[in-house]
Amino acid sequence: MNKDNLIIGGHSFSSRFILGSGKFSVKDTKTVLENGGVEMATLSVRRANTGDKENILDYIPDGITLLPNTSGARTADEAVRIARLTREMGCGEFVKIEIIRDSKYLLPDNEETIKATEILAKEGFIVMPYMMPDLAAARKLEAAGAASIMPLAAPIGSNKGLCTKDFIKIIIEETDLPVIVDAGIGKPSQACEAMELGCAAVMANTAIATAGDVALMSKAFKLAVESGRLAYLAGTGRVLENRGEASSPLTGFLHD
Amino acid sequence: MTVNGKQISLETPVSVSEFLTENNYQTKRIAVEINGEILPKSQYESRILSDSDTIEIVTFMGGG
Repeated sequence: MNKDNLIIGGHSFSSRFILGSGKFSVKDTKTVLENGGVEMATLSVRRANTGDKENILDYIPDGITLLPNTSGARTADEAVRIARLTREMGCGEFVKIEIIRDSKYLLPDNEETIKATEILAKEGFIVMPYMMPDLAAARKLEAAGAASIMPLAAPIGSNKGLCTKDFIKIIIEETDLPVIVDAGIGKPSQACEAMELGCAAVMANTAIATAGDVALMSKAFKLAVESGRLAYLAGTGRVLENRGEASSPLTGFLHD
Repeated sequence: MTVNGKQISLETPVSVSEFLTENNYQTKRIAVEINGEILPKSQYESRILSDSDTIEIVTFMGGG
Protein backbone atom coordinates (compact mmCIF):
# COMPACT_ATOMS: atom_id res chain seq x y z
CA MET A 1 0.00 0.00 0.00
CA ASN A 2 1.21 3.49 -0.76
CA LYS A 3 2.07 5.78 2.10
CA ASP A 4 -1.04 7.33 3.51
CA ASN A 5 0.45 10.11 5.58
CA LEU A 6 -1.29 12.92 7.38
CA ILE A 7 0.01 16.31 6.24
CA ILE A 8 -0.40 19.30 8.53
CA GLY A 9 1.28 22.60 7.78
CA GLY A 10 3.72 20.87 5.45
CA HIS A 11 4.72 18.26 8.05
CA SER A 12 4.05 14.61 7.39
CA PHE A 13 2.88 12.08 9.97
CA SER A 14 2.32 8.36 9.56
CA SER A 15 0.26 8.23 12.77
CA ARG A 16 -3.25 9.63 12.85
CA PHE A 17 -3.65 9.30 16.59
CA ILE A 18 -2.81 12.48 18.50
CA LEU A 19 -2.46 12.10 22.23
CA GLY A 20 -3.12 14.67 24.92
CA SER A 21 -0.57 14.40 27.72
CA GLY A 22 -2.79 15.60 30.57
CA LYS A 23 -3.95 13.59 33.59
CA PHE A 24 -1.24 10.92 33.30
CA SER A 25 1.45 10.41 35.86
CA VAL A 26 4.56 11.66 34.03
CA LYS A 27 6.23 8.28 34.29
CA ASP A 28 3.42 6.71 32.22
CA THR A 29 3.76 9.29 29.46
CA LYS A 30 6.48 7.53 27.49
CA THR A 31 4.80 4.11 27.51
CA VAL A 32 1.46 5.56 26.53
CA LEU A 33 3.00 7.49 23.65
CA GLU A 34 4.92 4.45 22.43
CA ASN A 35 2.00 2.06 22.71
CA GLY A 36 -0.17 4.45 20.76
CA GLY A 37 2.40 4.88 17.99
CA VAL A 38 1.92 8.58 18.62
CA GLU A 39 3.86 11.15 16.59
CA MET A 40 2.15 14.30 17.91
CA ALA A 41 1.27 15.11 21.51
CA THR A 42 -0.33 18.14 23.13
CA LEU A 43 0.97 20.02 26.15
CA SER A 44 -0.24 22.94 28.19
CA VAL A 45 1.57 26.04 29.42
CA ARG A 46 1.42 26.95 33.07
CA ARG A 47 3.34 28.97 35.64
CA ALA A 48 6.61 27.29 36.58
CA ASN A 49 7.35 26.47 40.20
CA THR A 50 10.61 27.01 42.00
CA GLY A 51 12.44 23.78 42.55
CA ASP A 52 10.59 21.86 39.79
CA LYS A 53 12.67 18.73 39.42
CA GLU A 54 10.98 17.03 36.54
CA ASN A 55 9.39 18.35 33.40
CA ILE A 56 6.92 16.67 31.07
CA LEU A 57 9.39 17.25 28.23
CA ASP A 58 11.82 14.84 29.89
CA TYR A 59 9.27 12.07 29.35
CA ILE A 60 8.37 12.74 25.73
CA PRO A 61 10.68 10.85 23.36
CA ASP A 62 12.58 12.80 20.70
CA GLY A 63 10.89 12.82 17.36
CA ILE A 64 7.40 13.45 18.71
CA THR A 65 5.98 16.71 17.43
CA LEU A 66 4.83 18.91 20.29
CA LEU A 67 1.48 20.61 19.97
CA PRO A 68 1.19 23.15 22.79
CA ASN A 69 -2.35 24.22 23.55
CA THR A 70 -3.60 27.59 24.73
CA SER A 71 -5.78 26.16 27.47
CA GLY A 72 -6.64 28.70 30.09
CA ALA A 73 -7.15 31.38 27.43
CA ARG A 74 -10.55 33.11 27.56
CA THR A 75 -9.94 35.53 24.69
CA ALA A 76 -8.01 35.69 21.42
CA ASP A 77 -5.43 37.98 23.03
CA GLU A 78 -4.75 35.52 25.83
CA ALA A 79 -4.38 32.67 23.35
CA VAL A 80 -1.95 34.71 21.27
CA ARG A 81 0.09 35.49 24.36
CA ILE A 82 0.33 31.81 25.33
CA ALA A 83 1.23 30.79 21.78
CA ARG A 84 4.08 33.29 21.67
CA LEU A 85 5.39 31.96 24.99
CA THR A 86 5.39 28.41 23.62
CA ARG A 87 7.47 29.52 20.68
CA GLU A 88 9.95 31.14 23.04
CA MET A 89 10.36 27.78 24.75
CA GLY A 90 11.74 26.54 21.46
CA CYS A 91 9.45 23.64 20.73
CA GLY A 92 8.37 24.35 17.19
CA GLU A 93 5.67 26.26 15.41
CA PHE A 94 2.61 24.15 16.09
CA VAL A 95 -0.13 25.50 18.33
CA LYS A 96 -3.56 24.19 19.22
CA ILE A 97 -5.84 27.11 19.89
CA GLU A 98 -8.25 26.50 22.71
CA ILE A 99 -10.31 29.46 23.87
CA ILE A 100 -12.92 28.75 26.49
CA ARG A 101 -15.12 31.04 28.53
CA ASP A 102 -17.66 28.45 29.60
CA SER A 103 -16.50 26.71 32.73
CA LYS A 104 -19.23 24.09 32.93
CA TYR A 105 -19.21 22.44 29.52
CA LEU A 106 -15.83 23.86 28.44
CA LEU A 107 -17.17 24.66 25.00
CA PRO A 108 -14.91 26.75 22.76
CA ASP A 109 -15.58 30.30 21.62
CA ASN A 110 -15.43 30.10 17.82
CA GLU A 111 -15.40 33.85 17.27
CA GLU A 112 -12.33 34.43 19.45
CA THR A 113 -10.73 31.32 17.99
CA ILE A 114 -11.02 32.71 14.48
CA LYS A 115 -9.40 35.98 15.60
CA ALA A 116 -6.49 34.19 17.26
CA THR A 117 -6.02 31.91 14.26
CA GLU A 118 -5.68 34.86 11.93
CA ILE A 119 -3.08 36.58 14.11
CA LEU A 120 -0.99 33.49 14.76
CA ALA A 121 -1.09 32.16 11.20
CA LYS A 122 0.30 35.52 10.06
CA GLU A 123 3.13 35.12 12.58
CA GLY A 124 4.08 31.81 11.03
CA PHE A 125 2.49 29.42 13.48
CA ILE A 126 0.97 26.16 12.28
CA VAL A 127 -2.44 26.75 13.79
CA MET A 128 -4.75 23.91 14.78
CA PRO A 129 -7.91 25.42 16.23
CA TYR A 130 -10.22 23.52 18.57
CA MET A 131 -13.75 24.51 17.68
CA MET A 132 -17.46 23.95 18.01
CA PRO A 133 -18.46 22.10 14.83
CA ASP A 134 -20.02 24.86 12.81
CA LEU A 135 -19.50 25.04 9.05
CA ALA A 136 -19.47 28.83 8.83
CA ALA A 137 -16.80 29.01 11.53
CA ALA A 138 -14.80 26.23 9.87
CA ARG A 139 -14.76 28.19 6.61
CA LYS A 140 -13.63 31.31 8.44
CA LEU A 141 -10.84 29.35 10.14
CA GLU A 142 -9.76 28.04 6.76
CA ALA A 143 -9.68 31.58 5.38
CA ALA A 144 -7.80 32.78 8.47
CA GLY A 145 -4.94 30.39 7.75
CA ALA A 146 -5.64 27.37 9.96
CA ALA A 147 -3.65 24.23 9.15
CA SER A 148 -6.41 21.91 10.33
CA ILE A 149 -9.82 22.09 11.95
CA MET A 150 -10.41 20.42 15.30
CA PRO A 151 -14.13 20.10 16.00
CA LEU A 152 -15.24 18.57 19.27
CA ALA A 153 -17.07 15.26 19.48
CA ALA A 154 -18.45 16.03 22.96
CA PRO A 155 -17.42 18.21 25.91
CA ILE A 156 -13.75 17.93 26.91
CA GLY A 157 -13.06 15.06 29.25
CA SER A 158 -16.61 13.70 29.04
CA ASN A 159 -15.88 10.43 27.17
CA LYS A 160 -19.37 10.78 25.68
CA GLY A 161 -18.38 9.91 22.14
CA LEU A 162 -19.24 11.28 18.73
CA CYS A 163 -22.24 13.40 19.71
CA THR A 164 -21.62 15.89 16.89
CA LYS A 165 -21.20 13.31 14.15
CA ASP A 166 -23.50 14.83 11.53
CA PHE A 167 -21.94 18.28 11.85
CA ILE A 168 -18.40 16.94 11.67
CA LYS A 169 -19.36 15.07 8.51
CA ILE A 170 -20.56 18.33 6.97
CA ILE A 171 -17.25 20.03 7.79
CA ILE A 172 -15.30 17.12 6.27
CA GLU A 173 -17.36 17.34 3.09
CA GLU A 174 -17.35 21.10 2.73
CA THR A 175 -13.82 22.15 3.69
CA ASP A 176 -10.42 21.17 2.34
CA LEU A 177 -8.41 21.10 5.57
CA PRO A 178 -7.65 17.99 7.60
CA VAL A 179 -10.46 17.59 10.13
CA ILE A 180 -9.28 16.19 13.44
CA VAL A 181 -11.83 15.21 16.03
CA ASP A 182 -10.74 16.55 19.37
CA ALA A 183 -12.43 16.16 22.75
CA GLY A 184 -15.11 13.82 23.96
CA ILE A 185 -14.03 10.60 22.26
CA GLY A 186 -14.30 8.00 25.00
CA LYS A 187 -13.68 4.61 23.40
CA PRO A 188 -11.70 3.11 20.52
CA SER A 189 -14.95 2.24 18.70
CA GLN A 190 -15.81 5.96 18.64
CA ALA A 191 -12.36 6.88 17.35
CA CYS A 192 -12.79 4.25 14.66
CA GLU A 193 -16.18 5.67 13.72
CA ALA A 194 -14.71 9.18 13.39
CA MET A 195 -12.02 7.84 11.09
CA GLU A 196 -14.54 5.87 8.99
CA LEU A 197 -16.40 9.14 8.56
CA GLY A 198 -13.31 10.66 6.93
CA CYS A 199 -11.65 12.48 9.77
CA ALA A 200 -7.95 12.97 9.10
CA ALA A 201 -6.99 12.09 12.67
CA VAL A 202 -8.36 11.66 16.16
CA MET A 203 -7.12 13.32 19.27
CA ALA A 204 -7.82 11.81 22.69
CA ASN A 205 -6.57 12.20 26.22
CA THR A 206 -9.10 11.50 28.97
CA ALA A 207 -10.32 8.29 27.32
CA ILE A 208 -6.86 6.84 27.78
CA ALA A 209 -5.92 8.60 31.02
CA THR A 210 -9.04 7.37 32.82
CA ALA A 211 -8.87 3.81 31.46
CA GLY A 212 -8.06 0.90 33.74
CA ASP A 213 -4.80 0.19 31.89
CA VAL A 214 -3.56 3.33 30.18
CA ALA A 215 -0.87 1.63 28.09
CA LEU A 216 -3.23 -1.02 26.78
CA MET A 217 -5.92 1.54 25.99
CA SER A 218 -3.43 3.62 24.05
CA LYS A 219 -2.69 0.62 21.89
CA ALA A 220 -6.40 -0.04 21.46
CA PHE A 221 -6.83 3.54 20.20
CA LYS A 222 -3.92 3.18 17.79
CA LEU A 223 -5.49 0.09 16.23
CA ALA A 224 -8.97 1.64 16.13
CA VAL A 225 -7.70 4.77 14.38
CA GLU A 226 -5.77 2.69 11.85
CA SER A 227 -8.73 0.42 11.30
CA GLY A 228 -11.12 3.33 10.78
CA ARG A 229 -8.73 4.93 8.35
CA LEU A 230 -8.47 1.75 6.28
CA ALA A 231 -12.26 1.45 6.26
CA TYR A 232 -12.57 5.03 5.03
CA LEU A 233 -10.04 4.42 2.27
CA ALA A 234 -11.76 1.18 1.33
CA GLY A 235 -15.21 2.80 1.26
CA THR A 236 -17.80 1.19 3.50
CA GLY A 237 -20.44 -1.09 2.03
CA ARG A 238 -23.94 0.13 1.30
CA VAL A 239 -26.80 -0.05 3.79
CA LEU A 240 -30.19 -1.63 3.08
CA GLU A 241 -32.88 0.00 5.14
CA ASN A 242 -35.90 -2.23 4.55
CA ARG A 243 -34.75 -5.70 3.53
CA GLY A 244 -31.98 -8.23 3.72
CA GLU A 245 -29.84 -9.60 0.94
CA ALA A 246 -28.39 -13.09 1.03
CA SER A 247 -24.62 -13.31 1.13
CA SER A 248 -24.62 -16.94 0.02
CA PRO A 249 -25.65 -18.05 -3.49
CA LEU A 250 -29.40 -18.36 -4.06
CA THR A 251 -29.03 -21.46 -6.26
CA GLY A 252 -27.97 -25.06 -5.65
CA PHE A 253 -29.85 -25.53 -2.39
CA LEU A 254 -29.76 -29.10 -1.08
CA HIS A 255 -33.56 -29.41 -1.16
CA ASP A 256 -33.86 -28.49 -4.88
CA MET B 1 8.33 42.72 42.36
CA THR B 2 5.52 40.38 41.31
CA VAL B 3 6.55 36.87 40.26
CA ASN B 4 3.83 34.54 38.95
CA GLY B 5 1.23 36.54 40.84
CA LYS B 6 3.12 36.65 44.14
CA GLN B 7 4.78 39.68 45.73
CA ILE B 8 8.48 39.27 46.30
CA SER B 9 10.77 41.94 47.68
CA LEU B 10 13.94 42.41 45.74
CA GLU B 11 16.69 43.60 48.02
CA THR B 12 19.49 43.98 45.53
CA PRO B 13 19.20 44.27 41.76
CA VAL B 14 19.82 40.96 40.02
CA SER B 15 19.78 39.80 36.43
CA VAL B 16 17.00 37.52 35.23
CA SER B 17 19.54 34.77 34.87
CA GLU B 18 20.70 35.15 38.48
CA PHE B 19 17.15 35.32 39.76
CA LEU B 20 16.17 32.10 37.98
CA THR B 21 19.20 30.20 39.23
CA GLU B 22 18.86 31.46 42.81
CA ASN B 23 15.23 30.41 42.88
CA ASN B 24 15.82 26.97 41.34
CA TYR B 25 13.92 27.36 38.11
CA GLN B 26 14.71 24.88 35.33
CA THR B 27 16.05 27.53 32.96
CA LYS B 28 16.11 25.19 29.96
CA ARG B 29 12.37 24.51 30.07
CA ILE B 30 10.87 27.93 30.66
CA ALA B 31 9.82 31.16 29.01
CA VAL B 32 9.91 34.50 30.78
CA GLU B 33 7.66 37.48 30.30
CA ILE B 34 8.42 40.81 31.95
CA ASN B 35 5.71 43.47 32.14
CA GLY B 36 3.78 41.70 29.41
CA GLU B 37 6.71 41.36 26.99
CA ILE B 38 8.50 38.09 26.27
CA LEU B 39 12.15 38.31 27.24
CA PRO B 40 14.37 36.50 24.72
CA LYS B 41 16.78 34.02 26.31
CA SER B 42 19.68 36.05 24.95
CA GLN B 43 18.72 38.86 27.36
CA TYR B 44 18.54 36.82 30.57
CA GLU B 45 22.07 37.92 31.52
CA SER B 46 21.73 41.58 30.68
CA ARG B 47 18.19 42.34 31.86
CA ILE B 48 18.34 43.57 35.46
CA LEU B 49 15.17 43.15 37.47
CA SER B 50 13.74 46.03 39.44
CA ASP B 51 11.19 46.06 42.22
CA SER B 52 8.49 47.46 39.94
CA ASP B 53 8.69 44.56 37.47
CA THR B 54 5.95 42.02 36.98
CA ILE B 55 7.40 38.76 35.83
CA GLU B 56 5.79 35.56 34.58
CA ILE B 57 7.80 32.37 34.38
CA VAL B 58 6.04 29.57 32.49
CA THR B 59 6.78 26.01 31.51
CA PHE B 60 5.14 23.07 29.76
CA MET B 61 2.90 20.72 31.68
CA GLY B 62 0.72 17.82 30.62
CA GLY B 63 -2.47 18.89 28.88
CA GLY B 64 -4.94 17.91 26.22
